[in-house]
Amino acid sequence: MTFVDDRAVITGIGQSQIGRRIGRTGIDLALEASERAVEHAGLSFDDIDGVASYPGPVNAEGGFVGATTHDVRDAFGLKTRWHVSGVETSGQIGTLLDAAAAVASGRATHVLCFRSVWEATAQASGRAAALTGKMARASGHSEFRLPFGAASPANWIGMYAQRYMHEFGLTREQIGKLVINGRRNAGLNPNAIYRDPMTMDDYLGARLISWPLGLYDCDVPCDGATAIIVSRREASTGLNNSPLAIEAAGASLAERHTWDQRADLTTMASHDAADSMWETTKLTPGDVDFATLYDGFSYLTTQWIEALGFCEHGKVGQFLDEEDRYRLDGELPINPHGGQLSAGRLHGYGFLHEACVQLWREGGDRQIAKDVEIAAVGIGGGPEAGCMLLRREG
Amino acid sequence: MSNQSGRMLPEVTAESRDFWTGGFEDELRIYRCRACRGWIHPPVGACWRCHSRDVGPEVASGTGKVAAYTVNHHQWFPAFPPPYVIAAVELDDQPDVRLTTCLVECDVDAVEVGMAVEVVFDKQDDVALPFFRPVTK
Repeated sequence: MTFVDDRAVITGIGQSQIGRRIGRTGIDLALEASERAVEHAGLSFDDIDGVASYPGPVNAEGGFVGATTHDVRDAFGLKTRWHVSGVETSGQIGTLLDAAAAVASGRATHVLCFRSVWEATAQASGRAAALTGKMARASGHSEFRLPFGAASPANWIGMYAQRYMHEFGLTREQIGKLVINGRRNAGLNPNAIYRDPMTMDDYLGARLISWPLGLYDCDVPCDGATAIIVSRREASTGLNNSPLAIEAAGASLAERHTWDQRADLTTMASHDAADSMWETTKLTPGDVDFATLYDGFSYLTTQWIEALGFCEHGKVGQFLDEEDRYRLDGELPINPHGGQLSAGRLHGYGFLHEACVQLWREGGDRQIAKDVEIAAVGIGGGPEAGCMLLRREG
Repeated sequence: MSNQSGRMLPEVTAESRDFWTGGFEDELRIYRCRACRGWIHPPVGACWRCHSRDVGPEVASGTGKVAAYTVNHHQWFPAFPPPYVIAAVELDDQPDVRLTTCLVECDVDAVEVGMAVEVVFDKQDDVALPFFRPVTK
């Protein structure tokens, strides 16, 4: 079995201005990223016949939904044959896997996929719903958490992290090494939000948010948009870039969609998604040249490292102790751009973007020195996860 | 503010009504499958184990163990001054069924995985929130 018969490829990427409180709307940022991606691919908007986005027009406050597929379609007058968005998907890149399936099955030829956020500006302008304010009652997925003071993903993920640490002896210092690695890489990324070096004392000394997670275990809200063009393989010749194959992908969720009922609290949906991804390829974890792994919270990255098979379950602490292994010049560089903890919460798509940057050798100062051909991308955490293997051809 | 207490209270639904109001009779009511007898939480209209739709609330023991916890240090709600403990409590009735809840009447530094806890209801307006406290005996 292969993922969509290897018929979907990535042909272009684009990112908007990224920053804290830059005072631009989410739609404006989405359009900027989209224009850059279409241009980067060597396409025109007349070629775009599909649009995909996360999360779509859901009722969310605080700049979480920068733009919908219709916003972008309407702004550019796109005539599309297919579009999709949705929050009920496998990690933030779930709709991107749908886009790959759409081009593979002939429903579209070139799909513009994007994610736009303007959380920093929205929150600064007071548009974030205070948790105790607008919402009179906790409903939906919040019904069984907010009444107990479990307000933030930091709380829900903190519980997972605590149980893992209890079972396997993972320490805050070991997680800190991963965070510091990301910050070191961000220092080479001109678009990163936080670029100053971080020491272990900085990390351990920062205020606690929800034990064992401290301030630097939590990503940074920002404004920015990312766009990716997914094309049918046959339509990718003659464009600007040699296409990046979507070698494999995984989107499985094997258990209930909750944050607290998973049978094994030391795993997450990342494990389900990764298992199903490896079923669609002959490649193995040892073939991966580098990885971009979601770090909305630092602990989620440790889950991806294990889920994707870069170390045995229960051994991520030992993996993290071998810092040389995952530095930019190491055997398996992780998050060359700095991840969301340092480069900003572009919310999933940023990791896919960085994987493409590196495979196309457009990384500038942060370009991985060795030749890279295979990238692993893992997005999401808790009950929502999706992952991909990208392969450079030529 | 959702109510006088500063709590964020739940929106009570047909499925969750017994869970949120059982505490007024000092009962922890959890969904249970009448076919395979498995407990289910959060409540949902079918049994994920055996697919029976014959499910509904029953009275659980009200005791459990801490499966995981976090000590929250950030101020999110006026009624929850930090630090406070949020825990996933596994029910003694069926350990793979857990409640996310708040631990009260406890030393935040003394909480540990496996600690025995019992339900204590925090009554606010029309709901009784099932919090848990350490079993002291």
